[in-house]
Amino acid sequence: MIDFEYPPAVATMSEIMQALASAQVRPIAREMDENEHSDPSNGYFESIWEMSKASGSVSGLLDKDAKDDARRTELRTSSKQVMLLVMIEAMSWGDCGVYLATPSPGLGGAAVAAVGTIEQKKRFLARFAEGKPKWAGMAITEPGCGSDSAAITATARLEGDQWVLNGHKIFVTGGKRAVVDSEGFVVVWATVDRSKGRAGIKSFVVEHGTPGMTVLKCEKKHGIRASDTAQIVFEDCKIPRDNLLGSAEVHEGGEGFKGAMATFDATRPAVAASAIGVGRAALEYVEERFAEKGLMPRYGISPQKLTARERDLMMMEANLKAAWLLTLRAAWMSDSKIPNNLEASICKAKAGLAVTQITQKAVEMLGPEGYSRKLLVEKWMRDAKINDIFEGTQQINMLIIARRVFGYSKEQLK
Amino acid sequence: MLSFGPSEEQQLIQSTARDFAGAQMRPNALAADEENALAPGFLERAWELGLAVGAIPEAHGGAGMPRSAVTGALICEELAFGDLAHALAMLAPALVAYPIVDYGTAAQKEKLLPAFTGSAVPRATAAVVEPTMDWDPAAMTVTAERRGGDYVLTGRKCFVPLGSSAEMYLVYAAEGGAGLDRVQGFLIPRSAKGMSVGEKEKNMGIRGLDTVELELDGVSVAADARLGGEAGCNFEKITSYSRVALAAMAVGVARAAFEHSRDYAKERKAFGEPIAAKQAIAFMIAEMAIEIDSARLLVWEAAWRLDRGEIATKESYLAKLYADTMALKVTDNAVQAMGGHGYIRENPVEGWLRHARGFPMFDGLTTV
Repeated sequence: MIDFEYPPAVATMSEIMQALASAQVRPIAREMDENEHSDPSNGYFESIWEMSKASGSVSGLLDKDAKDDARRTELRTSSKQVMLLVMIEAMSWGDCGVYLATPSPGLGGAAVAAVGTIEQKKRFLARFAEGKPKWAGMAITEPGCGSDSAAITATARLEGDQWVLNGHKIFVTGGKRAVVDSEGFVVVWATVDRSKGRAGIKSFVVEHGTPGMTVLKCEKKHGIRASDTAQIVFEDCKIPRDNLLGSAEVHEGGEGFKGAMATFDATRPAVAASAIGVGRAALEYVEERFAEKGLMPRYGISPQKLTARERDLMMMEANLKAAWLLTLRAAWMSDSKIPNNLEASICKAKAGLAVTQITQKAVEMLGPEGYSRKLLVEKWMRDAKINDIFEGTQQINMLIIARRVFGYSKEQLK
Repeated sequence: MLSFGPSEEQQLIQSTARDFAGAQMRPNALAADEENALAPGFLERAWELGLAVGAIPEAHGGAGMPRSAVTGALICEELAFGDLAHALAMLAPALVAYPIVDYGTAAQKEKLLPAFTGSAVPRATAAVVEPTMDWDPAAMTVTAERRGGDYVLTGRKCFVPLGSSAEMYLVYAAEGGAGLDRVQGFLIPRSAKGMSVGEKEKNMGIRGLDTVELELDGVSVAADARLGGEAGCNFEKITSYSRVALAAMAVGVARAAFEHSRDYAKERKAFGEPIAAKQAIAFMIAEMAIEIDSARLLVWEAAWRLDRGEIATKESYLAKLYADTMALKVTDNAVQAMGGHGYIRENPVEGWLRHARGFPMFDGLTTV
């Protein structure tokens, strides 16, 4: 039955995360934006790390194959994805950049959890339940290829018991914190056989401090400045043979690549949720300021009598809510084991664009104050924009949606 | 518990509505538009189906289906997907029956509900909209003034669906002052002194639907004609139900245009390949898919709130504002995607654009 009520555990988590975001994340939002590539002054990384360890979320990832633990079964079933998105939305309401910079297994860890063997999961993920804060990154993009990840030029060749990696990766979120500042790792996409196209692309775990891996620079960005975005170069970088994730065989059908692309069905709704957190921050702020001036939108009157300001505000509200419902739908499908490739792209495309527009409008609606760095609104506008770009740009998601709608292949609709 | 899947029962009702719309509405849509009349016998067949007022309780001789705005929204989308003019006609009896079920006095229920549980199509409708540029449900110009034990109604209404043949009109009027809470309903027979039913209106779209103007020239009715008697009705909530229903219909019209464009784009070739293979067209169609889903979920969420007993003024208003805007854009793009062919009345898309343009003005034209 169609129902929009959160399960009690999700509702509780939503409140907890909102309180956490409010107390620990929002207060460092401006500082982390102004001091790009620095660490928070309030010890946020350490405190969130300890909380995360205590929550046991990582051991849940680790023992995914064990079947005897009722608590983990509980975690796996029912509302896992919905729960995650509710957390991301609240954290991003606090600050989207800080959320991205939060120490966690991140995208790299997700890749290990998704396709790693039991041994690999233990070897790579156990660290996130102990010791000091750690990060893990995902290195896919190259100077010459973005969304067209089948065109990857980084190579991996087998020499005895080692893979030798060569290539240049850019836009590695959290890359420096993963491999320079902490004992984390980065998952690198490289081809083992360029003649095989996307079938030849595999992913490899490269540990922090591995010789042959150099972090060239951290990008200076429009927004999400709290999060480092690294360029990493691999020059005859040698890693153990069993740091390859998944099978070494090259399947002509490109099954391995499809598996890698399938992780987008989970990460795109996560990006949408993050965007929506930023959008909600901006919208709530504008509404508060309007309310102080007694400007309350008149829900119920004829639309032709709405002022431009009322209509703007109402459409911002409706767009934000629509994006959130689409995102929850994608998560609910995932939790219900229903394939959600189309719906994941729909929520990402909608949220990315809607929140970009909402935050841009929010700056305008607040006039000169909105443009000032005294407020966070201009920052939210800069932060929001990344969500319409990473994990598949607006346009890539539109392509995916159109292909699904038409039942077209990549070749039929380029 | 969070779920985006209709129940089995809802799916059954949904497919009943879809089948009926496919068989009885869509094939007659173009002719109804050209001839300014519904398909002959349509109202009777629609009435037989029993979807319009299926939730009249068994105690009043109804089918006693569970009353649900969510289920209603599913029905509305399917019917409007078939044809908006036929859909509005089909659900017109609900505009009178459900407010009586919700707010009517015992006497009103006893006297009036039997007309909605029989085999003959009830000849009753509601009058909400007014023919002025400033039309606003929260600031009606039709007024009801209390004089002694009676009410005197004055003013003009328009867009009264199936108004030509109705015998009973539920007329909403302001009892002094602005605001949705100042509006009450009055059950007025056609024969009342001072009531004049105008000619069939000539509208841009929904041409198959018979709508009329009503002129109330000091129509005097006894106090027992007031819906709900002394207690009256909650017009704000009546409006929320109507908005959810209309927004669901806007989704249905948009979906019709979307599916037509999708199929046309795969068929129509230009420069040696289907125009669907061109990103300019493909992105228009993808955007339609996103926006239709967006509006539908807003509608479902507002309907869900109504089912939980909330008045949901804000949610139903935003759902309708969004759906109206979306439907206009989607139908406009559907015309655009077909080029010149979209402009020709033999193709249905220009008709959907004319339908969609009306939604902001249709407050109160249907309900769930």
